[in-house]
Amino acid sequence: MSFMHFIILLPFIAAIFIPFVYKKWNIHLHTGWFVIIVPLFIFINLLFQIPAISNGDTIFLSMKWIPSLGINFDIYLDGLALMFALIISGIGTLVVLYSIFYMAKEREALHNFYVYLLMFMGAMLGLVSSDNVLVLYTLWELTSVSSFLLIAYWYERKKSRSGALKSMIITVFGGLAMLAGLIMLAMITDTYSIREMIASVNLIIESPLFIPAMVLVLLGAFTKSAQFPFSIWLPDAMEAPTPVSAYLHSATMVKAGLYLLARMTPIFGGSAAWFWLVGGVGIITIFYGSIRAVRQTDLKALLAYSTISQLGLIMSLLGVGSAALYFNIGNAQEVYAVAIFAALFHLFNHSTFKGALFMVVGIIDHETGTRDIRRLGGLLTIMPVTFTIALIGSLSMAGLPPFNGFLSKEMFFTGMLHASEVNIFGLDGWTILFPIIAWIASVFTFIYCMILLLKPFLGKLQPEKLPKDNVHEAPFGMLVPPVILGSLVVLVFFFPNLLAEYILKPALVSVIPTVSTGNEVFEIHAWHGFDSIELWMTIGVIFFGLLLFFSIKKWNIAFRFFPDKLSLNNLYNATIENMEKQSASFTDRYMTGNIRHYLLYIFIFITVIMIGSLISFDAISFNFSSTGEISIYDIGILVVMVAAAMTTLLTKNRITAIVSLGAVGYLMVMLFVIFRAPDLALTQMVVETVTTVLFLLCFYHLPKLGKRLEKMKFKVTNLIISIGVGLTVTIMTLIASGHRLHVPITNFFENAYELAGAKNIVNAILVDFRGFDTMLEISVLLIAGVGVFTLIKLRPKGSENDEA
Amino acid sequence: MKPEPNDVILHTVTKLAAVIIFTFSIDLFWAGHHFPGGGFIGGLTTAAGIVLLYLSFDIERIQTNLPVDYKKMAALGVLISVATGMGGMIYGDNFLEQAFGYFDLPVFGETELATAVLFDVGVAFAVIGTAITIITSISEDEL
Repeated sequence: MSFMHFIILLPFIAAIFIPFVYKKWNIHLHTGWFVIIVPLFIFINLLFQIPAISNGDTIFLSMKWIPSLGINFDIYLDGLALMFALIISGIGTLVVLYSIFYMAKEREALHNFYVYLLMFMGAMLGLVSSDNVLVLYTLWELTSVSSFLLIAYWYERKKSRSGALKSMIITVFGGLAMLAGLIMLAMITDTYSIREMIASVNLIIESPLFIPAMVLVLLGAFTKSAQFPFSIWLPDAMEAPTPVSAYLHSATMVKAGLYLLARMTPIFGGSAAWFWLVGGVGIITIFYGSIRAVRQTDLKALLAYSTISQLGLIMSLLGVGSAALYFNIGNAQEVYAVAIFAALFHLFNHSTFKGALFMVVGIIDHETGTRDIRRLGGLLTIMPVTFTIALIGSLSMAGLPPFNGFLSKEMFFTGMLHASEVNIFGLDGWTILFPIIAWIASVFTFIYCMILLLKPFLGKLQPEKLPKDNVHEAPFGMLVPPVILGSLVVLVFFFPNLLAEYILKPALVSVIPTVSTGNEVFEIHAWHGFDSIELWMTIGVIFFGLLLFFSIKKWNIAFRFFPDKLSLNNLYNATIENMEKQSASFTDRYMTGNIRHYLLYIFIFITVIMIGSLISFDAISFNFSSTGEISIYDIGILVVMVAAAMTTLLTKNRITAIVSLGAVGYLMVMLFVIFRAPDLALTQMVVETVTTVLFLLCFYHLPKLGKRLEKMKFKVTNLIISIGVGLTVTIMTLIASGHRLHVPITNFFENAYELAGAKNIVNAILVDFRGFDTMLEISVLLIAGVGVFTLIKLRPKGSENDEA
Repeated sequence: MKPEPNDVILHTVTKLAAVIIFTFSIDLFWAGHHFPGGGFIGGLTTAAGIVLLYLSFDIERIQTNLPVDYKKMAALGVLISVATGMGGMIYGDNFLEQAFGYFDLPVFGETELATAVLFDVGVAFAVIGTAITIITSISEDEL
């Protein structure tokens, strides 16, 4: 385990200790002060990696996890991973600082909050730095789980729970699709390493699984990054505490999809399908998000839709930029590489200004008690600092100078204009739609930025409409994080090339390995001269944006013509409801609550599968050459066993049945003793004892044997099935013991003393050679125990199960 | 209230037998490394001993004299096993790679110490915890 591994796993390690810290010190000091050390430490350590990475070096560190399956926790730190890791730890630090003032230490369950948050942070860091796709997938789902827990943090609210569930269902659905896609890639290239996949990209392109794998991976990315039509989970996720929304649902987690796309661009990029899917879905999402955002009255919902729109913007740039891989070198490549460059630049900028805006909305909510723009107004004089940050954030989002959003927005226009000239992927004429839709969406972006900025701060203060009286500016500590982000927004505008040199260009090389970053197209300029189309597009956005903003009441009515019934949310609700109904009615058909039925299913299944496959493989042949002698003791024990088993079947007394069943078990112990398997004999004996006690405990629940009223048909069915099972097991045992397909592994285990220091081979197998099995077995045991406990102890009163 | 049954013989025998069973189970556990036994059998034998106590006395009395939360014990067991598995990773080995060595300890003389035994402790805990949890929950179930 290297130091880098330690850094990335640090949040998980810290998460273990947080509950104890909370218990002991939270009365004196907010738990957040302990938590903040973690992201800060990670951030500072990552800063030291910048010089090496920006020189074009990469760091690769391997840690074995399950090497026999090819699953290793391999860290691959290149420009792209470092950029994300810096954003995750940097914004993480600020969000934790912010949360210290946002989450009251007296009221909130802070230990839960910070454990989930750290869990997320660790998962996200691991996700962006992992080279192994299976590790990436695991952590990907872990971010979904921690997001679920954080959205449902105020779990007593119904909206929180349903929002959490929605995000979980959608993102995990995408995650599973992605897993299938990644496995396809692994099957084609015979490796789980992303770098090795990229190295054998020709194999992938020629494979018939190219398109299916791409679509599945894209499903994962689209759901995670809330792209149309999977975007519906993001607005509902706003039920989470605002620091969480700022962190997970705008700055980091939703960008995991973008990360995946950027990472996979060297594999899939350069194909027409990728260009159209990523670019197309992106451009639709910008449009959809920006138009929906204008309608919102809740500030956080507005930000949620604006995040969807901005994510779509980055997505469309990634799609257009992927054309760069179609051209291997030269001018044409750079033209499209600029789009990827713009995507990375905007991704960074979005994290800064959107983080700041979420914090601003959090402050407004915290101080006034509401986020409804119909109630807010006139906060400018009360909260001058908050207003300044809001001004910086929203103007940057609208794409105005002197803020970083202006630069990346101009580059976005450049990228979209280049897209209109793409004529390599068929459907040539349609590419003109890219700049047109982008421009219209930008106008709406401008409008919602104005709403966000002007509605709460200008106008008249209406104290009677606010839940809290005595509204004042936020405490100092709450202002620090957004002020830092706001200063970054301005600083990046004035020194964009510093950021480009150290962070963006190394990241660009990870996406398009062949690009030469020294080219002057990767210099960021604020001023392109009066003859640049981008400038006039921006001026047009401002002009029409202002026009539409001031006439908003007149055209807002148009939205009413769009029926709510056709909305995506209704589709989702109807689907979920329908599926629940269908699966309930289907499950009720076979889940009768009768254990005999369940046993029937199991036994029929075993018999049919085994006998069926034996017959279809023509495998029934016996070979008794290696069987041992049968002694008189074996026969004696077997006869008694059969007799005991028959007694169990035929007796009319439950006690007799239990005891005779026990006798079968103890006779089995005798057999083990004769065959000199003391471990098995001991285990069987104790298991038998405990089972007998269990049976005695369940005494009252057992069927009454005295009055058997079953019909003949029932009995005959049982007889057939039991004979079938008996025959199957006997035949299988005889076949298996008579055939040797492989060299026996006995010799390996005989070396147990040298290999594991144990003379008892059985135990060495259990705890060492097959330790993984044992670990999972005891986990299953625990789950079964907890299951029994919850079924019996936590059963709702008055709904007794039907006793079978 | 029901009169308490007069089962002096059962109680006396149980007390004696329980000591023997527990001793035997600990012996089984330690023997596991080189001789028949191990965490699973040791744990199950302990569980059988506790069940015997439950059967002859009542649950409340045993619970006050042996105040263990068996659910937590089971969880702790799994945690110990996973943690020993992780231990190897810190030293750059694989997950669940067990180590052993021979040490010269006072009193015991040359002794073999193995991480596998720690793993086995986890197994034993998980088995005891789960078995007792299941048995007590079923027995306390009201009809």
